[in-house]
Amino acid sequence: MTEAEIRLSRASASFPQDRTCPYQPPRAYAQWRGESPLTKVTLFDGRPAWLVTGHAEGRALLVDPRLSSDWGHPVFPVVVQRTEGRGGLAFPLIGVDDPLHARQRRMLIPSFGVKRMNAIRPRLQSLVDKLLDDMLAKGPVADLVSAFALPVPSMAICELLGVPYGDHDFFEECSRNFVGAATSAEADAAFAELCTYLHGLVVKKRAEPADGLLDELIARQLAEGHLDHDEVVMIALVLLVAGHETTVNAIALGALTLVQHPEQIEVLLRDPAAVSGVVEELLRFTSVSDYIVRMAKEDIEVGGETIKAGDAVLVSISLMNRDARAYENPDVFDARRNARHHVGFGHGIHQCLGQNLARAELEIALGTLFARIPGLRLAVPLEEVPIKAGHDAQGPIELPVTW
Amino acid sequence: MRITIDRDRCIGSGQCVMTAPGVFTQDDDAVVALVPGHEDGAADPRVHDVPLVCPVQAVAIFED
Repeated sequence: MTEAEIRLSRASASFPQDRTCPYQPPRAYAQWRGESPLTKVTLFDGRPAWLVTGHAEGRALLVDPRLSSDWGHPVFPVVVQRTEGRGGLAFPLIGVDDPLHARQRRMLIPSFGVKRMNAIRPRLQSLVDKLLDDMLAKGPVADLVSAFALPVPSMAICELLGVPYGDHDFFEECSRNFVGAATSAEADAAFAELCTYLHGLVVKKRAEPADGLLDELIARQLAEGHLDHDEVVMIALVLLVAGHETTVNAIALGALTLVQHPEQIEVLLRDPAAVSGVVEELLRFTSVSDYIVRMAKEDIEVGGETIKAGDAVLVSISLMNRDARAYENPDVFDARRNARHHVGFGHGIHQCLGQNLARAELEIALGTLFARIPGLRLAVPLEEVPIKAGHDAQGPIELPVTW
Repeated sequence: MRITIDRDRCIGSGQCVMTAPGVFTQDDDAVVALVPGHEDGAADPRVHDVPLVCPVQAVAIFED
């Protein structure tokens, strides 16, 4: 055993674990709540890791430059077995540290700025209206994931990037397999297919420019030598996958949480302006991204413990969002509480680039869904809703609903 | 009240604008800026929440 393994050998519980209720932290996480803000767990490969469960401590660590996001580092922790063989591949934005991260992010933030996001709201509204028209015309029972929760973010990210939505079946499947395949071979195959597709798209866009974020990147950053062709392809891949694998879960889990708390739907229906607060509380309560992975670059003292250089650090989004020191009655879903300092989008320099697009999508999707179908309810018992594994973005695989 | 913003540190999350739109805005590069004429923060009572929601501590508020 290495020194770190001996030091952390008290670690027992494995991390992450599967949820039983789609919108509650896994039952096994209860052992870590209300005690130390920092605890020890074991990853699938036997590697010990720190788990940060405290809201204040987690936020402090996520802005601490001594914690690294460098996926290319030889001992960067691997949490999901299928990504084991992908060592050394530091994805733009999510898998790099400053100053490289800051340079990449600065190129992209104008496309996700508050003004730009407010400007696309009417387009999102008409998209949501059309999807609900189609779903209502077909009549119950419907799968809310495939009929609504998936196409909203899929169409939105395609329009924003300038990726043809006509190819959506192909890259939705690639995206799902890339982040959710059972084996690393399947995940690698999906990754290769996406790379090939986006390589071709960037080649085409260089010859025939159109409107979209990728076209802007090509016109400004690639043409002026700030990015090369492969970097544009990888940025496109990260944004396309991130746009698919997050908001779909947030819309589906949001709708599910609301139908399980019908008195909270009343809050929405009585006051459409309340939708923004409802969405923030849903982001806190459901915690679609269960955890954030980091590696310590230097020793860090936290909560009476010392995280040593090279240690794996998992920051638990779901437990930070349920920390009783940050939220009164944290396990109660209360659409009227002020949940704005939740960490559903992370915290620090890597906080979700698309968060304001996600907010716009969630507000319009959920606000319109319940305004048009106030009697929406599950078509099967809650226990029968199939949900994703603990290491994936959390959410239902299918969501049968009726009205 | 005095507000300082660190534009080099800003990651364009927009949390300041969403929280206190009377005081904070984003420039064309989506980097934080103060709304002209409202640099004293008096235009929006929620300005005090901004340092809490900024993900990178790019905004600081000093009470005189």
